[in-house]
Amino acid sequence: MAAVITKPLTQHIRPDREPLDIKAYEYAGGYQAARKALAMSPLDVQKVVGDSGLRGRGGAGFPTGMKWSFVPMGPDAPRPKFLLANADEMEPGTFKDRLLLEGVPHLLIEGMLISAYAIQAEIAYVFLRREYYQSARVLLRAIAEAEQANYLGKNILGTPFSLELRLHQSAGRYICGEETGLINSLSGRRSTPRAKPPFPQFVGLLGKPTIVNNVESLCCIPGIMQYGPEWFKSLGLTKDAGTKLYGISGRALRTGLWELPMGTPLREILEDHAGGMQPGYTLRGLLPGGASTDFMLPEHLDTPMDFDAVQEAGSRLGTGTMILLDDHTCPVGFVHNLIQFFARESCGWCTPCREGLPWVEKILQAIETGCGESADLTVLEDHCRLLGPGYTYCPLAPGAMEPLQSALKYFKQDFVRHIEEKKCPWSQA
Amino acid sequence: MLSELEKNEIGEVLAHALPGQDMSIDVLAIVQKHRGWISDEAVIDISACLGTTPSNVDSVASFYNLIYRKPVGDHVILLCDSISCWVMGYPTIRGHIEKRLGITFGRTTADNRFTLLPVACLGACDLGPAMMIGETLFTKLDEEKIDHILKEHGWQP
Repeated sequence: MAAVITKPLTQHIRPDREPLDIKAYEYAGGYQAARKALAMSPLDVQKVVGDSGLRGRGGAGFPTGMKWSFVPMGPDAPRPKFLLANADEMEPGTFKDRLLLEGVPHLLIEGMLISAYAIQAEIAYVFLRREYYQSARVLLRAIAEAEQANYLGKNILGTPFSLELRLHQSAGRYICGEETGLINSLSGRRSTPRAKPPFPQFVGLLGKPTIVNNVESLCCIPGIMQYGPEWFKSLGLTKDAGTKLYGISGRALRTGLWELPMGTPLREILEDHAGGMQPGYTLRGLLPGGASTDFMLPEHLDTPMDFDAVQEAGSRLGTGTMILLDDHTCPVGFVHNLIQFFARESCGWCTPCREGLPWVEKILQAIETGCGESADLTVLEDHCRLLGPGYTYCPLAPGAMEPLQSALKYFKQDFVRHIEEKKCPWSQA
Repeated sequence: MLSELEKNEIGEVLAHALPGQDMSIDVLAIVQKHRGWISDEAVIDISACLGTTPSNVDSVASFYNLIYRKPVGDHVILLCDSISCWVMGYPTIRGHIEKRLGITFGRTTADNRFTLLPVACLGACDLGPAMMIGETLFTKLDEEKIDHILKEHGWQP
């Protein structure tokens, strides 16, 4: 049975995205994994997830089981403990969690139930960006169904375990997706990130132990519980386990999302699933996992899309949703758009990010409009270092520098042409 | 002054607050749902209701993109200006909306019907260019589609 399940995340998603109600989800085998988990000890559930090799699907790729293992357990642990689902999908170019939230809400709820049980959390939140109204409607209906069926609430399925699941609709800010920013936002504050340590596993929401997991990570949990860690590992083509929701946006023939084995080669995703480029467009590069990842080039098309191989190719798997740069699109304008986003979404807490990003944005704007000077390139290169890891409070600014530094490396000639010709070579004027 | 309806809805939210949890974001969202935006008076009323300072409430209100501290029109158009939509023709779409409504980002039409704002990636990247009005997402926008949507929302050429 387990051998034939190859798309655990999307197998129950219908083409029109109309989600299965709880009866249909149960009929399809749903909540069996939760029943199995609730009959085990929390630490055994943690071990199964740890053994599966699941790495966080929000972008950082941190092993989920290891993240959980730091949560204080036992009767002396501080209470309440919290499990937070990060559904604040705001990384530009990323649209994967929306599919899971709208298409199979009970998979997320079941994943959250198992995960909350594993760390013995009594309160869970879905932290949802407000623009996802359809997700909110679908989730609220599914939560009510799960409460009715006693998969949520007091003494779940006759066990001593209780879980309250709440929905928070964010008021909108990219930095809410950073886990400590998310925790601050849920406490009712500005979502500026917190210093780590202490880590949220010890001091999180309202000072209590807290785990923040991405929606796609949580949706992997029921399959792992039901079919075991070995099955999950066998899904991946490389040493990274499981399946991954890969997406493509930009000038591909067929943009969209596909659940494929982790480690599927980039070429297969782009050419077989997305159908290659639109006629008349040539691929110049792509961001493999959202706006805050380094460019990859056509020469990297044979890279298996897993955490390690993409890193070896000089980038990050990130969210696995790729944005294509084609030959009709100006690379400087492309990067300017990205930096404009990051400058606007900087929370303003630390100086390098608050002051540096608008500076970089203005320089890119100048180059794009033909007002750039060659010394500007040095200033940009300096910022790639000074807004990089180690100089800022959180990963926002270093993430913003990833596409810039790789654009300066791969598309340097295009920057130079803007400066020499005093105009954007792609501009119509 | 908060209305009875607002007070009831706020009471509901506060009743579910965890010990130590500040519910200002949810409360701001409630008041904005009824009034469209958050005025200085609303900030003061909310702070009194939450037992905190106006500056504390304003620091939260002014931080979040979807809490409006200035008046907005009947329909707020949130146009995605992030990378995937930009590649797929956002500049043309933006230009077309601005021409049709006669306003730029951050402005409201004279008849108070539309406010136009940029929004970060709407998570509809495979269907760009995209925008939202109210709770409705519109995708694969082109000039013809924009005209149709605007007309449906009361725009008259």
